[in-house]
Amino acid sequence: MIRLDEICVDFGGLRAVDHASFEIGAGRITGLIGPNGAGKTTAFNVIAGAIWPSSGRVFFDGRDVTALKPYQRAEAGLARTFQIPHEFAQLSVLENLMASASAPRGENVLNVIFRRGRYSAEERAIYETARETVRLLELEHVIDEKAGNLSGGQKKLVELGRALMRDPKIILLDEIGAGINRTLLGKLADKILMLNAERGLTFCLIEHDLDYVSKLCDHVLVMAQGSLLTEGTVDAVRQDERVIEAYFGGGKYEAQL
Amino acid sequence: MELTGLFFYIVSLLILGGIYALLCLALNVQWGMGGLFNAGIAGFYGVGAYTSAILTTAASGRHLGGFSMPVPMGLVGAAIVAGVTGWAVARICVRLKSDYLAMASIGIAEILRLVFVNESWLTNGSLGVSRIPRPFADFTTGRMSDVAFLGFVWVIVLLVYVATTRLYDSPWGRSLRAIRDNETSASAAGKNVEKFRVQTFVIGCAVMGIAGGLSAHYFRFLSPTATDPLLTTFLVWVMLMAGGSGNNRGAILGALSIWTIWSVTEIFTNRLPPEWATRSSFIRMLLVGLLLQVVLQRFRAGLLPEKSPPVRFRKD
Repeated sequence: MIRLDEICVDFGGLRAVDHASFEIGAGRITGLIGPNGAGKTTAFNVIAGAIWPSSGRVFFDGRDVTALKPYQRAEAGLARTFQIPHEFAQLSVLENLMASASAPRGENVLNVIFRRGRYSAEERAIYETARETVRLLELEHVIDEKAGNLSGGQKKLVELGRALMRDPKIILLDEIGAGINRTLLGKLADKILMLNAERGLTFCLIEHDLDYVSKLCDHVLVMAQGSLLTEGTVDAVRQDERVIEAYFGGGKYEAQL
Repeated sequence: MELTGLFFYIVSLLILGGIYALLCLALNVQWGMGGLFNAGIAGFYGVGAYTSAILTTAASGRHLGGFSMPVPMGLVGAAIVAGVTGWAVARICVRLKSDYLAMASIGIAEILRLVFVNESWLTNGSLGVSRIPRPFADFTTGRMSDVAFLGFVWVIVLLVYVATTRLYDSPWGRSLRAIRDNETSASAAGKNVEKFRVQTFVIGCAVMGIAGGLSAHYFRFLSPTATDPLLTTFLVWVMLMAGGSGNNRGAILGALSIWTIWSVTEIFTNRLPPEWATRSSFIRMLLVGLLLQVVLQRFRAGLLPEKSPPVRFRKD
């Protein structure tokens, strides 16, 4: 579904991503792991269009999207969450979700001032999807709360909810688990698995907790020093000497990943 | 003060209050909803004032003119020319982050002011444009025309209030507020940030142009001093902050209350000993600055804070 072809990203003198090439398969839940500074989030930003690569190409559904802006990639069916929650702080939870939906009629200035009936049906559909998403994420008790007032974990759920609002083809989850308690994390994993099974939604997630990755992902990409080190099933990469070395810098320790 | 004197004092207070309410509503679209730091209000206000003045005056030979159009046409022209100016500015500046946009817009307002001063074929320079007509000039004379003008101004305030409230309550306004709160994630959610910002800037500037036009018709005379940033840009920002940015009623309330304070303090400062009276406008500015500090410290959200509009669609 998504293919990176020889992507390089330079920040000043630092090469954050170095000739990375990999593919995220459609309909799967792919894990993207690697030590800190491996370039995982930068790779996500390149896929979502938030950062333009210095060289290389990005393909989405076989189409070259390298030159598209983030909002155009979102329109094409790509959704993402952020490592640090990027909520709309002054908007309520309901508005956060509704604002993330596609609303071509309701975002037309002339319709809004002179022909309000034109966006009524669209708005209702958005409202119903938002209610459903709130129910799914069990955020009903905070639906009218300003998103800025929520806890870190709740903000993460709002992030996921916003990503779901556009009915995307793929969702990129950047450390969705960080800051969420174990119980909620378990529920979240069930929801991701359910969305994948029922809606055929593709996921790609960055995650440090390998047990969590092994619960969710059938395929894992390992990045180190800006490029793809190896890929395979969670169990296979856990055994890989090079992966252990990338995490622990080598040595003769009995590494327990 | 005799009663009729008080009455006409209140009329003039409310006329200028209404013009400030328009400026505040316009700034609320740009800043309150869109997060765009426009520090060049005076420039767009001036563009509107000169446009309407030039379109409606009779030929004078001192400046461009002689179109003798009716006042409403002049105001429509003011909105269009100020909006197009805003569009041109937005095309260049709208990608700038908030404080840089503020600097750029101050600069643009200053450029526009210098154009008003120096291009005398257009504006008659610092001598200004005079004999600008008022609406309903055929039916009303003398001080009654003030009362008619008061109604005219507040009808426009009402129309702009309805339009900006519809903007605020709509999905358009919601997306705009989302962009204001977090540009990165709004664009990840499929919002064309630049398009929204340009629209926001143009709408705000057009309304500022209407406000400028109204002030020219009210004073019947217009010179470059009307675009003094103290009385337009600075005061309007204080009004919006005090009233509550992100809230249209707050914008109107802020405009009326701060304008009342500003005007009424003039009565007192004029009674100060002469050596103080000459400095009165600076003392008043200090007072308004202090007031702004109190508002920002104690009532961060203003008198009427921003609140989420109800979801609106036809239920059946």
